[in-house]
Amino acid sequence: MIENEPMLRMTGIHKQFPGVKALSGVNFRLFPGEVHALMGENGAGKSTLIKVLTGVYTIDAGRVDMNGQTIAVHNPQEAKQAGISTVYQEVNLCPNLSVAENIYIGNEPRSLGRIRWKEMNRNAERLLQDRLHLHIDVTRTLQSYSVAVQQLIAIARALSVSAQVLILDEPTSSLDQSEVAQLFKIMRKLKSEGLAILFVTHFLDQVYEISDRITILRNGEFVGEYMAQDLPRIELVAKMIGKELSLLEQLPKQSGEGAERCAEILLEASRLGKRGSIEPFDIRIHKGEIVGIAGLLGSGRTELARLLFGADRADEGHVQLGGYRGMMSSPRQAIDLGIAFCSENRKTEGIIDDLTVRENIILALQATKGWFRAISRKRQDEIAEEYIRLLNINPPAPEQLIRHLSGGNQQKVLLARWLLTEPGLLILDEPTRGIDVGAKAEIQKLVVTLAEKGMSVLFISSELEEVLRVSDRVAIMRDRRKVQEIQGGAARQSEVMQAIAGGEQR
Amino acid sequence: MIKHRLFWPLCVLAGLLLFNLIYSPDFFSIKMRDGHLYGSLIDILNFGSPLILVAIGMTLVIATSGIDLSVGSVVAITGAMACLSISRSADQNALMTILIAVASALLLSALLGLWNGLLVAGFGIQPIIATLILMVAGRGIAQLITNGQIITVLSPKYQYIGAGSLFTLPFSIFIVAVMFAAASLLTRKTALGLFIESVGCKPTASRLAGIRSRTVMLAVYMFCGLCAGMAGLILSSNVSSADGNNAGLWYELDAILAVVIGGTSLNGGRFYLTGTLIGALIIQTLTTTIYMVGVPPEITLVVKAVVVLAVCLVQSDKFRGLLRGRGGRGKAGNYPANREVNPHA
Repeated sequence: MIENEPMLRMTGIHKQFPGVKALSGVNFRLFPGEVHALMGENGAGKSTLIKVLTGVYTIDAGRVDMNGQTIAVHNPQEAKQAGISTVYQEVNLCPNLSVAENIYIGNEPRSLGRIRWKEMNRNAERLLQDRLHLHIDVTRTLQSYSVAVQQLIAIARALSVSAQVLILDEPTSSLDQSEVAQLFKIMRKLKSEGLAILFVTHFLDQVYEISDRITILRNGEFVGEYMAQDLPRIELVAKMIGKELSLLEQLPKQSGEGAERCAEILLEASRLGKRGSIEPFDIRIHKGEIVGIAGLLGSGRTELARLLFGADRADEGHVQLGGYRGMMSSPRQAIDLGIAFCSENRKTEGIIDDLTVRENIILALQATKGWFRAISRKRQDEIAEEYIRLLNINPPAPEQLIRHLSGGNQQKVLLARWLLTEPGLLILDEPTRGIDVGAKAEIQKLVVTLAEKGMSVLFISSELEEVLRVSDRVAIMRDRRKVQEIQGGAARQSEVMQAIAGGEQR
Repeated sequence: MIKHRLFWPLCVLAGLLLFNLIYSPDFFSIKMRDGHLYGSLIDILNFGSPLILVAIGMTLVIATSGIDLSVGSVVAITGAMACLSISRSADQNALMTILIAVASALLLSALLGLWNGLLVAGFGIQPIIATLILMVAGRGIAQLITNGQIITVLSPKYQYIGAGSLFTLPFSIFIVAVMFAAASLLTRKTALGLFIESVGCKPTASRLAGIRSRTVMLAVYMFCGLCAGMAGLILSSNVSSADGNNAGLWYELDAILAVVIGGTSLNGGRFYLTGTLIGALIIQTLTTTIYMVGVPPEITLVVKAVVVLAVCLVQSDKFRGLLRGRGGRGKAGNYPANREVNPHA
């Protein structure tokens, strides 16, 4: 089935953004008649590689060969002409145009400038029937069909320009089980017709179901290319996260004494879930306990935290916290109940750019007090000074605008904001992402100290080592489901990684 | 000093006043007549007071990264409402009549503001569209109230609001002073200002920090409506009549301009009430100047536009940088203008 010569070959691709090396020395091969999964954690360089391939970015160094000839694509139009078509994560078609119009927009069949509607509709119908087995009325508007069908129509649009390479960037993220099955059926058919498909997804089950070959990237670097059947799940995960399995077994255990001191239950969630976001889960958090959440990106880690905090509203289940039993309807309610939440999106959901460090620190406390009972300026200054010293925020200037601070220091300001509200439960979603090693260690230390003082912490991170180091207990998420819980004392990285990968265990 | 964000607006204001002084030397003279002070400067403050009021409300709305296009219509509606209830009463000069008229008109303006706030915060309609509805419909409502006529009232007591004087100064100046002080105190002595800036800068982050952004928005739009209502009372009382068609026409644009000249960004976030005050004074001085110089009516708007353009360019860092680059002289320091650390000090 797989020929010896790759249809597309990318060699030694380098791409630099100001201050960041997005891709360095990445190789990628794509053979006709195969589905090739591109894997990697957030920031690994997957989307950069795709954008390089589709001409959105130009490369700094490296070579792209297509069918044995070196090509240079400078914009998406040129990529299309070279036979590379892309279907992006969000369907970017026009919902209020007809299906046929959506497929042929930009290259409608014309005579004397007039669009030949009948021919266009006929072509669209034939294209959908022959290649995608989709029998629908192409004159109806796109929005009258389900997201799954829209996704297929987007694929049809990509195919309409005689594509040889089809890039599917997370096509399944908004599809349900049966829709995914339908999509895969069509992908298999296209594959058998000789199309080369590049497939990006976060769902491991799907990778193994459909892919022939897997390329793994990590931190913008090429980790390796493997045949799917030769690469066990656990090794895939290990390579994505960047820890060799054999090495992990030897690592000494670092945490685990905390389990004894957590007797009293602080929060208990039962069957809490939200359709399309996370399957119903149970979780129990004791007083003074650090519960780690491990799992790959998109596994439902963040969704779990957002439901507990009321940032998203659950549609089933309830939370028991103190005397309260019910759902969290808003962040405000959660805060009043003593929950604090540091979002993973520091830039968009954390800091308020235009405000000073001092104002950012007191914001949540002031919000709980209401607008009328203002914290006096003198008290604000004291608080700011105190937390700047406590968390070692640099530069120690309370009147500096927060946007001028580095990522790590912004994170510390946000921590200060929440510590000030003296929460019973502190939820930290990727608190150490994108910050330097020193600040990272400081934050980890702080978390442990806080727990010793009786604060419960929910610690979410994609760095497994970090989760295991700080947590008393680790809950593992996979494919939007909480799959397992492992006591910190017993949790070995390999065991957790096995659970993250799933599959072979059962 | 040059780094201060009020530097350029104050320069423009000073420049306009200087021009007037050269053009007509008695511009700054203030005379006492029948126990009242008269003079061009007093006129600017007096005639500018409705604009200042509207602009104060607008500043807060813009700080939440919104905009309120309906203020001009609210001006017309409240004026019409007050005049209607006075004209219907038996004794147009009775204190009770005036109080009821004023109170009901102000209540109505606050409700209209609340309506805007509901559309924006409750239903998530974009502010420009949400308030456009009332901008258009409001003119109609005002004309419905006045029945398409100009309602004239004969009430010296009502007239006092916009044309009376207290301690030798026009009464409207005191209204403005009180409202300005109230707005400053409310936003800087309570946490309301912090919440407004936070919501205007990052709504999602503010929600996650526990701020009830919806309540903040409702309050701000209501306050803006109330400010426009007061402006409407001053305007209609000044001429003792209500004109549903023309009262407060294009006020929203002057108000937005005043806010922007004052240094508040249309992107929301930080806001500067003092800046707005100066911005409104610039616009009013400009209007007065144009009348005084005797610019032909056909080109009044063009002259105004040119001056406003100049004001905006003078405030633009890029433009000033360009001038400096070309001139090759001027200040050596490459300073980030308008960037200050502590606006609350």
